[in-house]
Amino acid sequence: MDVNTDLAMWSNQLIVSAMIVYAIAMIAYAFDLFGGRELKQSEVATAESKPLRVRRTTRTATAVLDAPEGGTGDSAATGGSTAEGGSAANRGSGANGGSGHSDGEAERPRRAARVGTSLLVLAALLHVGAVLTRALSVTRVPWGNMMEYILTATAITVVVFLIVITRKDVRYLGTFVAGGVLLSLGLSITVFYTPAAQLIPALQSYWIAIHVPIAILSTALLYISAILAVLQILKARYEDRAPAWLRFTKRLPASTDIERVSYTIAAVGFITWTFTLIAGAIWAEVAWSRYWGWDSKEIWTFVVWVVYAAYLHARATRGWSPTKVAVLNLIGIASVIFNFTVVNVYFNGLHSYSGL
Amino acid sequence: MDKATATPPQLGFFGMCRWAWRQLTTMRVALILLLILALAAIPGSLLPQRIQDPGRVTRFLEENGVWGQFLDRIQMFDVYSSIWFSSIYLLLMISLVGCVVPRSAQHWKAMRSAPPKAPRRLGRMPGYVEFTSATEARTVLDTAQARLRKLGYRTARHDDHVAAERGYLRETGNLVFHISLLVATLTMAIGSLFGYQGQRILIEGDTFTNSLVAYDSFEPGAYFDPDSLPDFRLTLDEFTSSFDATAPGSQFGQPRVFEAQVTTTVDGQSESHTLKVNEPVRVGETGVYLTGNGYAPEVTVRDATGKVVHSGPTVFVPGGDAGYTSEGVIKVPDAAGTQMGFVGVFLPTATQNDQGELVSSFAELRNPYLVMSGYTGDLGLDSGVPQSVYSLEAENMTQMTDATGEPLTLQMGVGQTQELPNGGSVTFDGVKRYIAVDISQDPTQGLMLVSAICVLLGLGLSLFVPRRRMWVRVTDGRVEVAALARGEDPMVERAARDLAADLRTGDSDAEGDSCAEGDSDAPGDSKTSTTGSRIASGRD
Ligand code: HEM
Repeated sequence: MDVNTDLAMWSNQLIVSAMIVYAIAMIAYAFDLFGGRELKQSEVATAESKPLRVRRTTRTATAVLDAPEGGTGDSAATGGSTAEGGSAANRGSGANGGSGHSDGEAERPRRAARVGTSLLVLAALLHVGAVLTRALSVTRVPWGNMMEYILTATAITVVVFLIVITRKDVRYLGTFVAGGVLLSLGLSITVFYTPAAQLIPALQSYWIAIHVPIAILSTALLYISAILAVLQILKARYEDRAPAWLRFTKRLPASTDIERVSYTIAAVGFITWTFTLIAGAIWAEVAWSRYWGWDSKEIWTFVVWVVYAAYLHARATRGWSPTKVAVLNLIGIASVIFNFTVVNVYFNGLHSYSGL
Repeated sequence: MDKATATPPQLGFFGMCRWAWRQLTTMRVALILLLILALAAIPGSLLPQRIQDPGRVTRFLEENGVWGQFLDRIQMFDVYSSIWFSSIYLLLMISLVGCVVPRSAQHWKAMRSAPPKAPRRLGRMPGYVEFTSATEARTVLDTAQARLRKLGYRTARHDDHVAAERGYLRETGNLVFHISLLVATLTMAIGSLFGYQGQRILIEGDTFTNSLVAYDSFEPGAYFDPDSLPDFRLTLDEFTSSFDATAPGSQFGQPRVFEAQVTTTVDGQSESHTLKVNEPVRVGETGVYLTGNGYAPEVTVRDATGKVVHSGPTVFVPGGDAGYTSEGVIKVPDAAGTQMGFVGVFLPTATQNDQGELVSSFAELRNPYLVMSGYTGDLGLDSGVPQSVYSLEAENMTQMTDATGEPLTLQMGVGQTQELPNGGSVTFDGVKRYIAVDISQDPTQGLMLVSAICVLLGLGLSLFVPRRRMWVRVTDGRVEVAALARGEDPMVERAARDLAADLRTGDSDAEGDSCAEGDSDAPGDSKTSTTGSRIASGRD
């Protein structure tokens, strides 16, 4: 029952240290993505491949390849990666295990990105240290209130990101991962700050060790997918009209490739969210005598779930452009964030464990 | 559809239905319905709902006049049973049925038929490798077929090629997912028809006997049969709680332990249990859940003749503050002369705040204090209108006053007695704990769990089993390996390359060539093509 206040203090110190390193990592990554001088070089390098991307059709590979079988093969060629433009644009996609950057970029020595990743690893170590010391200070799971939830969710986001970049070069996300984590941690030790303490009876259940970490994992996945969706939209716009302010998107893979990664991560996130919802319902039965009662938290978990189901459907529906589908993804993450912030803090409900 | 829109006058009723049905079962409409469903669910989180807190709805209606009535008319306080919300999900369910049934039939057929023949131009497939081989066509195709079979493909042999398909489980998973969703929704509806929910407050020492009259509130489903209430008794022996006295800031005073010792009696067999917030006590299909707790001050009231006219604990309801400041009402109908009523506040740990007011600073019983005002007159209990035990109808009563004519305030610590102006007295004897329990039964929970698990499994298969077709064709010593994904499949190119590499390795072995460099991890590396392979994915 006791709280080790020394450890809790250490945890706070580690959070601040991690934030400092995240800030520097973010700057390094931002330099890699938006940096001035190198961009001009890469502009030259990628100039000739640009027309190909502009010609990309908007159909997603899924729907086209699902077209009726038969000898014509024409429909498959329209948007499939075998079309000339498509194969160029698809080069370096995850399927080949290659780099996510487009041709001209591949040669660029991305020193800033490397610095960013190293710093991110350091920050992640400090961050995980903060999570562990917080957990040890109260000898329980480190997600008993909103502050701890953010602390752990951001740690998992970074770990997920670091795992993803070992398999696929999505370092172009670094700025937004480090930045988002920095912002969230800042909120966690200010507006959401909660002193270390034991759990209220409503949270004392083994379900907190099942339901909440999966919710956290889902949030991390859906967040990463959403950043990708934003980049996909920007890149698609650049491929379309090439406005000057989007020149940095040259350093990104083709929008269709970004879309595919975004979708895959969102699909995993949707499964884990489904699990979160089901586990939550089972816990609700144990705690409140019914598995579903339209409590405000339940409502928003449901809304999130339906929005992502719609996203998956839209992706498989003809007539929905990848950009429109990506907007659904963004509505999805907006409802995830709403569910965590506004619903927890302002709405009446049974889930009143924000610690505020 | 085209026909229908072209000649609307001749559509007729059935034509209209057919047209509506076809529209409803398109993916596009399903998608729109999903989006509307998400939107429609939101108001229920913004406005108070009767299923959650009818009291808040009443207050909202009182405060918002016409606007509130308008919202009530459009069922904004019963969103999830409203006509509009139900219509949306019913339409979605119908759409789902209309979608799933033909797809199941189609899938059933697909699973029993051979993989489709190779299209003429394999070179257009997303995964494509070709190479020349000296090996006899039949041997290559045999090897390819054996290889594909081993990889779990269903194969068919044609004159010049092998056709193969895998991943039927993807569609199976998708169908299982959608069907389980349907079952889950139906189960939910049925569960609410046949189950029930009841509430009851138990003071330490109280025994609850499971029958309709024993509930403080009871919400049966439409087809609930009261005779099916299982026969059991439940006694609250003791309730203990503890609150955080050491944590700083907002965590100070937060509850840490709620624990009720209860005894259940079923068929004459008694058993003790510990009832906690996340540990219901289950008797057969019925669950007893700890949902609340509070203090019940024990008060003895004597009338002017000295006779005890009220004695025992009364439930005081905590107002929600961390100090458990609780309010309650004591009604004394049987006093000599006139009836009496008391409205009081109970403070578990009474302290004076900076303004000199009495407040409770902690939830445990450190300095229990009872503050009450008294009334005399008609309690209104005989009027036939049901009354809440938590409020006093003071219209026909007059407040007791002290010697100076000021309203009388009774303030007592445990064990203290105060005289009443009418000659009677009030004694604060002690405090008991009480708990609030939900008692409920939902016969469909097992089925719900099974459907939920199927939803999850189906979804996993549907999203992550790659469905893929492959063809291997040999024409005049030229071997073509092609792969086509049906649905998302990042590995489709690699599948073609791997199979080609396998076939080629066998080929090279036959020729005594030890070059086994067909490494699939080097996509653009056309140097490996010693036998002249061209790798589609690496085309520059
Ligand atoms: C209760 C409402 C529904 C929900 C929550 C829902 C949810 C989902 C989800 C999450 C997926 C993604 C799985 C996957 O991509 O394989 C999916 C796929 C699919 N759904 Fe639904 N669905 C619903 C209703 C419908 C209806 C009414 C239809 C038919 C019109 C339908 C047709 C499909 C199809 C064809 C796919 C496969 C898409 C693909 O190839 O990726 N669904 N559904």
